Amino acid sequence: MKPTTETELSEAVAQANGPLKISAGGTRGIGRQIDGAPLNMTGLSGITLYEPGALTIVAQAGTPLAEIEAALASEKQRLAFEPMDCRKVLGTSGSPTIGGVIATNSSGPRRVVVGAARDHMLGVRFVDGTGRVLKNGGRVMKNVTGYDLVKLMTGSYGTLGVISEVSLKVLPTPETEGTLTIHGLSVERAVAAMSAALTSPFEVTGAAHLIQSDAGSPETLLRIEGFEASVAYRLARLKDALYAFGDVQTSGAQSPSDRWREIRDLAFWADCADDIWRLSVRPSDAPGIVARLPAGARVVLDWGGGLIWAAVPNATDLRAELGSFSGHATLIKARGEVRPSIPIFHPEPTAIAALNAGLRAQFDPRGILNPGLMN
Amino acid sequence: MEMPAPDARVMARKARLVSRLQEVLPDRSVIHDPMETRAYECDALTAYRCPPLCAVLPGTTQEVSDVLRICHEEGVPVVPRGSGTSLAGGALPTADCVILGVARMTQVLETHYNDRIIRVQTGRTNLSVTGAVEQDGFFYAPDPSSQLACAIAGNIAMNSGGAHCLKYGVTTNNLLGVTLVQMDGTIVEIGGAHMDASSYDLLGLICGSEGQLGVVTEATLRILPKPEGARPIMIGYDSAEVAGACVSDIIKAGVLPVAIEYMDRLLIKVCEEFAQAGYPECGALLIIEVEGSPSEIDAQLALIGEIARRHEPVAMQEALDKDQAARIWAGRKAAFSAVGRISDYMCLDGTIPVSALPYVLRRIEELSVQYGLAVGNVFHAGDGNMHPLILYDANKDGDLETCEALGAEILKLCVEVGGCLTGEHGVGIEKRDLMGVQFSSEDLEAQMAVKDVFDPKWLLNPAKVFPLANSETRRAS
Repeated sequence: MKPTTETELSEAVAQANGPLKISAGGTRGIGRQIDGAPLNMTGLSGITLYEPGALTIVAQAGTPLAEIEAALASEKQRLAFEPMDCRKVLGTSGSPTIGGVIATNSSGPRRVVVGAARDHMLGVRFVDGTGRVLKNGGRVMKNVTGYDLVKLMTGSYGTLGVISEVSLKVLPTPETEGTLTIHGLSVERAVAAMSAALTSPFEVTGAAHLIQSDAGSPETLLRIEGFEASVAYRLARLKDALYAFGDVQTSGAQSPSDRWREIRDLAFWADCADDIWRLSVRPSDAPGIVARLPAGARVVLDWGGGLIWAAVPNATDLRAELGSFSGHATLIKARGEVRPSIPIFHPEPTAIAALNAGLRAQFDPRGILNPGLMN
Repeated sequence: MEMPAPDARVMARKARLVSRLQEVLPDRSVIHDPMETRAYECDALTAYRCPPLCAVLPGTTQEVSDVLRICHEEGVPVVPRGSGTSLAGGALPTADCVILGVARMTQVLETHYNDRIIRVQTGRTNLSVTGAVEQDGFFYAPDPSSQLACAIAGNIAMNSGGAHCLKYGVTTNNLLGVTLVQMDGTIVEIGGAHMDASSYDLLGLICGSEGQLGVVTEATLRILPKPEGARPIMIGYDSAEVAGACVSDIIKAGVLPVAIEYMDRLLIKVCEEFAQAGYPECGALLIIEVEGSPSEIDAQLALIGEIARRHEPVAMQEALDKDQAARIWAGRKAAFSAVGRISDYMCLDGTIPVSALPYVLRRIEELSVQYGLAVGNVFHAGDGNMHPLILYDANKDGDLETCEALGAEILKLCVEVGGCLTGEHGVGIEKRDLMGVQFSSEDLEAQMAVKDVFDPKWLLNPAKVFPLANSETRRAS
């Protein structure tokens, strides 16, 4: 099925007599493999409204991300939350769509400061599991009218409804950016350096730490963006503030935005045969958690330590290895079939699981939308 | 504004309910004397009043859980209350309800600068959250005008905003975790000091749900390092059109001020008389604030000034020092009290796409003439969140009704141009009956279905947000 209008989408869902497997670009194959009749969303495509002066864009869910980014770039604007391009690390092809970005709440390094995809979502239109066309939010930046189903739909992986249209807040693209790099820090020192940067008034918009990177020794990177004179000033001030962490280098041979794109996309793990996990943690817990990872794990810290990417040997039950921690772990990539005993998404406490199940029963009473994907 | 008739069976059981609540709460935490329950008869939407059956002031999450469990067993509606500053009637009681106030729960539970978080009990006021961290150079960003009095509990319930959300976002963008007590007394932890949900974004759902899904007793909030400095500039224009075009050009130029505030002629005059802020006489005043180091501020204000000059302002003045900056803001922040000094007023809160600004202001003026009531405008121009203030005389027969009718017309206008009924105050009872203007009955059904999951008996703040006709069968069951 490949609907080209919201009405066709609604009919397709209403008339479905079994599970539907929703996809568009097919680049974000996260979650357990599920069975279902393919529901291809790429037919619902196109930017429906773009008002640069209001920092707002509205697009149908199947619109290629590249199309949206090009439109924004022509007005020197962007999606500030830096959605990840998963193709390299997951080995997928196809063209990422805005619907996929939103359904997975995909956000990159800048999330630590500007928020996630969910924080930039202003409105949503979607078709629930019975075929009802519903809307929530709108296209204005402040809106508290009724419950925030926009947040509920964002990151729900199509299991509560099929998103047909999204409305997003966009931001100006800064004139320039610069990056500070520190080599050779331990995880603990790196998190301390990133915390120092993120608690400084210099508006750091990226704070990552790479272990076993190309350079061989760990690298800690800090990004600053803005008008040229301001970036130069803040880089210099931040560099001074971090003197205790050793030699701080400004920018590098490679242009900084390429470097940050690699971090966003985990591009350096393109041929990684290991399983890849994504952990959202309390930043100050990161060193302790990294220390508990299996030997030989490769690690990228982002969000000042709040996000841990870990490449570990196949079929590791990472949650069992780590024991209890505050936050959650998601298995992003696994070679071969994942053991049913290892949930892809972090198991929730009973009371939360009951609420989630209750919501699923309300929005998809027949259990046909990507069933089992989030188990 | 109609409220459902109180349940006589519940009211008849008052003595039993009070005694059960007294068993689980410390002395004097259960307020049931009719003389004393009066204190809880309204919030900041003072046109509507009704004393509750009783009010309770628990001091811990466990006590909140005990109260809710008892009310759940007894089938008694509960209206949660922060500081009672809602402009939408979010904490308005019914005669058969228990007011659950979190005012005694004001502790800071944890501050962790390296993780950039603070965890507080939700009775704590907005401003005192910043107060707890500012000596170390941090602040809590959402800054509603009532920040001196309003509680974090209410901020979360209404997803409150403020003047600086153009850059920092509203409550939902600064909330990382909550302890939520469900109506049956179940205590759940949602989120924490980490970011984003592992499955559904329940935190995002709870924020802004107007106390209808549970009672939030503790919250983990994001705190931010204070910028090196901040300074406003005032720019005066003759007309709303030109001021609107100027705002649009500034945003398009890639400058992102922390705040862009707008005041019309009426508000400029009233605020100037009240606060002597040094506002120029003109038709439309913009207050634009930028942040950074002194040289960064200079550079941004220079760019803004250059753009503003292209639109031929009638006045333009940068704040040269802290005192001037404080004076400029004092006028704006006192806008509501300044108007309150000269008249009764109703404050609306619709949001519009900023491109529709000139049209909407023109239409408001026409409606103002048509209904015979003056309307002043003060609002957050960067994000289109309007605050039309309708002036009326509460002692004059029929004036409140005319005011409400005019307010409804203005809010319909906001929706018509692509905006919404409320940008930061919440629906409460005030906009409840207009929800059908913005949402289809199926849209509302979908939202009510969420409440069914969290509060199947519809006991939490039941007569709010949804038109009574839409929620009737659920409330009656």
